[in-house]
Parts: sequence; C-alpha cells; structure tokens
Amino acid sequence: MSESVSAESFGEGIPRLRSRARARPWADAAHHRLLQIMALTVLATVVLIAWEALSGALPAMRAYGLRFLLNTAWDPVAEHFGALPYLYGTMLSSALALLIALPLGLGTAVYLSELAPPRVGSAVAFVVELLASIPSIVYGLWGLFVLAPFLRAHVEPWLIAHFGFIPLFRGYPFGIGMLNAAIVLSMMILPTIVSISREILLSMPRALRESALALGATRAEAIAVTLDVARPGILGAVILALGRALGETMAVTMVIGNSNRISASLLAPSATMASVIANEFSEATSNLHLSALIEIAFVLLVVTMLVNSFARALVIWSTGGRRDIAGAS
Amino acid sequence: MTSPAPRKLVPLVASGPSLPRRLFDRGSTVTCYLAALIVVSPLALILWHVIRLGLPGMTADFFFHLPKPVGETGGGVANAIVGTGIMVLIGTAISVPIGVGAGLYLAEHGNGRFGTFVRTTADVLSGVPSIVIGVAAYGLVVVPMGRFSGLAGGVALAIIMLPTIVRSTEEVVRLVPRSYREAALALGAPRWRVIQQVVLPAAAPAVLTAVLLALARAAGETAPLLFTALGSRFWSVSVDRPMASLPVYIFDYARAPYDDWNRQAWSAALVLLMLVTVVSALVRFSIRRVPRR
Repeated sequence: MSESVSAESFGEGIPRLRSRARARPWADAAHHRLLQIMALTVLATVVLIAWEALSGALPAMRAYGLRFLLNTAWDPVAEHFGALPYLYGTMLSSALALLIALPLGLGTAVYLSELAPPRVGSAVAFVVELLASIPSIVYGLWGLFVLAPFLRAHVEPWLIAHFGFIPLFRGYPFGIGMLNAAIVLSMMILPTIVSISREILLSMPRALRESALALGATRAEAIAVTLDVARPGILGAVILALGRALGETMAVTMVIGNSNRISASLLAPSATMASVIANEFSEATSNLHLSALIEIAFVLLVVTMLVNSFARALVIWSTGGRRDIAGAS
Repeated sequence: MTSPAPRKLVPLVASGPSLPRRLFDRGSTVTCYLAALIVVSPLALILWHVIRLGLPGMTADFFFHLPKPVGETGGGVANAIVGTGIMVLIGTAISVPIGVGAGLYLAEHGNGRFGTFVRTTADVLSGVPSIVIGVAAYGLVVVPMGRFSGLAGGVALAIIMLPTIVRSTEEVVRLVPRSYREAALALGAPRWRVIQQVVLPAAAPAVLTAVLLALARAAGETAPLLFTALGSRFWSVSVDRPMASLPVYIFDYARAPYDDWNRQAWSAALVLLMLVTVVSALVRFSIRRVPRR
C-alpha cells in the first residue's frame, strides 16, 4: 500500500459528472416537468380517492339523503340503510380509546423527554416505534383470543357485579364488544400520542423549564410549565391519534362483535363505520347496499380529513412551523 | 420604601418546597414511570402470545404447503406468503418512482404555492383510513376489470405506501448539504444532473430506508386487500386473479370456527410479525446508529 494518492482513488465517493454534461436548457425543463408530473400524481391520487368515494356513494345519497346519517335500521334485505349505529360506534370507541390512551401517552411522553436517562429513554422510544409497526390484524388476533377471554372471565363479571347499577356496565360478559375494542384501539394509538408529544416536548425551549426551576419550582412544577406551553401541540397529537382511531379497521372488526344495535352498555357488541365496510363490502347483496357502504366510506374520509388537517395545523403552529413532527409517521 | 430584605429569601430556598409540593413532585414522577411501563408492556404481551401460540405450528409444511380443504387439518400458507410478496412488489414498483419523484420535486422545486399544496395533499393522503383506500381501489381497478385481482391489491398497497415515501424522500433530500449542489453546479453540471447524479445518490441510503419501512407497513395491511385482492385458497400467482395474502389469511382463519384454523392464524401472525416487525426493527436500529437530522 503506497502512501500517495493515486489519480483513481482521489475523489472516491464523490459522484462523477461525465464531461458531456453540458447545459441543455430543454433537459432541465423536461426534468423539472417530469418531477412536477410525479408530484401532480400524488395530488391526483387524493382527488381520485375522493371522487371514487363520492361517485360510488351517489345512489345511496339520492335514495336516503341526510336520513342516512340519522336512521338506525340497517337491513340489506329490505334495503333500509341507516348509518347511525356505525357513526355512534366509531365515535364512542375512538373517544373511549382516547380516554384510556391520553393519560398513559402523556405520562410516557413526559417520562421520555424529561425524566428518563438518555439510554433508557431511547430504548423505550424504540419499543414504542415497534408497537406502531405491529400490523393491526395482529392486534385484532390478540384482542380476540387473549384479551376477550380475559375480559370475559375476570374483568366484565366484576364490573357487572360492582357497577351493574350503571347502564354502562350492564349486560352479559361477552368478552368482545365496545370495551375490548376501546382497549385494543388505545394500545394502537398510544405510539402516535407518545412519539408526537415527545417530539413536541423536546422542541420546547429549555429555558422554560430552567427558569421555573430557578424560581424554586419542583421538577414536576417545571414540567407543568413546559406542558402548559406545549398544550396546543399536544392537543394536535391527540387529535391525530383520534384520526387514526376513527379509521382503524381490522383490529376493531375482530373484537367489537359486529352488532348494529346502539347500546348504552360498554359490554355489548357494537360496530363501527370501518368495521361494517370490512364485513359487508365483498358480499354486498345489491347495488344500493354497496352504495350505502361506499357512502359510509365517504363520510369516514371526510371526517378523518377534517380531523387530521386540524390536528396537523395545530402541531405545526405550536412548534413554530416544524412540518416534520406531524408528518407521515 | 424599603424592598423586602433578601434575608427572607435565603431560608425559604434552604428549606425547600413544602411537603405537599414535594409529594406532588414524587407522585407525578412515579405516575410517569408507571405510564411508561404500561405503554411498553403490550409489546411484550403480544410478542409472548404470538410466539407461544404461533411457534408450534411453524413447521416446514406450514411454509411450503397450500391451505387444506375445510375439514382436513394441516395445510400451509405458501400461497399467502407468495401473494403478499407479489402485491408488495407491485405496490413498491408503482409507488417508488412516483413517490421519489414527487419527494425530489418538493425538496428541489417545492417552495412555491404548488409545492405547499402537494405537501399538504401528501399529509392528507397519509391520514386516509386504509379501508377507504380499499374502497377507492375497488372502484378504480376491480370494477373496470370486472373481478378481484392481485393487481388491485397491489394498487391499493401503492397508495398506502405513497405518502410515506414522498414525505421521507423530501426530508432526506433536503438534508443533502448545499455545498454538494453548489460544487456540482460550479463544475458546470446542469440542474437536472445535479439532482439525479449528486443529490439523489447522496440521499439514496436514507430513501431506501424509508422505502423499506413503507414496504414493511404495507405488507401488514389487511383492510385495503379485503375487497381488492380478496384472498384465495389456491395457488395464485397471476395478478389478474384473486390473490391470497398473509393478513387476509389471518383474518379468515381467526374468524373460522375451527380450533385448528385458529392455531394456523397464530402461526401466520408469527410469520407476518417476523416479516414486518423484524424488517422495521432492523431498519430503525440501523438508522439509530447514524445521528438523525
């Protein structure tokens, strides 16, 4: 091995430009145009999705109008379609999931950003990312075969015995149902809440916490000051998680029990907008049935779009224009 | 007027926070620790159950055989593994050129109004529920073709992968130092060559990472395949026919009333988890070695 640098190895690793690379104005313009078309394709994809959902839903919209969202009867044989039980199921399961996930997720985010030693913190953050990578069908399998028997044997009989006087906990311990769906959903949205809240807390100025500590605040009080400033961003994280919960399909379909009856009890089987599409779409009995299912998809699309856009705007605004945090995570 | 003497301040600090405040401090710290513990526990629980219930069924037959007819025990997921592979490949083949191109556009030319609009659209797309993407792919591919097909499944997966690839490509391309671009431009390279031969290669490893993550996620998607690829109990490699996939196989077998099928669902879940979570774990672990942004 010689010490001198040979002509070949000099500049190794730097991509080489061929000598022919002379300026050709049309080539630049064409390349720009090509990339622009790719970008336009992304735009077109969203438009196409919205168009497909809207055009497919038109027959049902014409047939039922706004009553579609208010009726409770869902009878494919008689062609009565009312989506209210599914709207209710989606809203309730998502709200319950948030109720469970919010305190846990926020606590974990605070732990990761403020309390944990760096090594432990990054290990826990890694585990949270892995949780986000588990396919939803596996969550569903676990909810159906592990969580449901556990709830049926231990949790639900206890709830019924001690809290049965509240309509929420009245009924029969099925194991599957709203409660199971809410628990599984909360597990699935926790990674979103934790990782986005953590990034937001990390993006807050250190001075907030330090000045609070300098004024004699305890650590918890100093963190509370930071949390107070981060509140809009954390709200954004929570709403992003809500958007995810609203559209979550497979796990919920497997554990919610699929009954289109609105019940006050959390133990009763229920259904969501996503779960009814998953269950009935490929065996829809008539064109109107199919169209009704597509209308549910359209409503779901509009709701999640509104929820997500609002959440993104909150996160971006509260972190001073950091687009990456709420990005495609 | 005399201001309060600083003397007063000293004992106050020296005595420390009052008991209730100390208790609150302790209590909330412990609560945060507990929350973190509860949040990470599902990973252990799920892994434990998938391995315990799935491992016994993981025989060579399971990998290399087709599903058995109803009533017979045994059988395997060979067609589902191959089907998932084919559809993920179709998804990758469609989404990578478009996604990387769009990401390059956003990073290099995307500071105007059109760029902002496309960026927002990609964000919107990443939030569209996967079941809705399935419905759209049904209308776009299944209806014109007149039947369920692996191609339709691949298209649905491509739409799932697209926003992730666009956004990560943009992010990593923006991280390529300005000096690279300036040096290449100073050498007389036209802008398109700078982008294709200097900027993109410099960002390529990170783009590949993003593609792998998107691919792993797509492989685990069930909802968009339910009424595009539908699923199949037979050997199906032609993309214009219904095609089996691991997630749909798990869904069908988990809901079947046979214990043997439920056991096979667990084994299939273990296979899927190995494919998906191991890929993302390896990828994320390798990013961790390199400092992020």
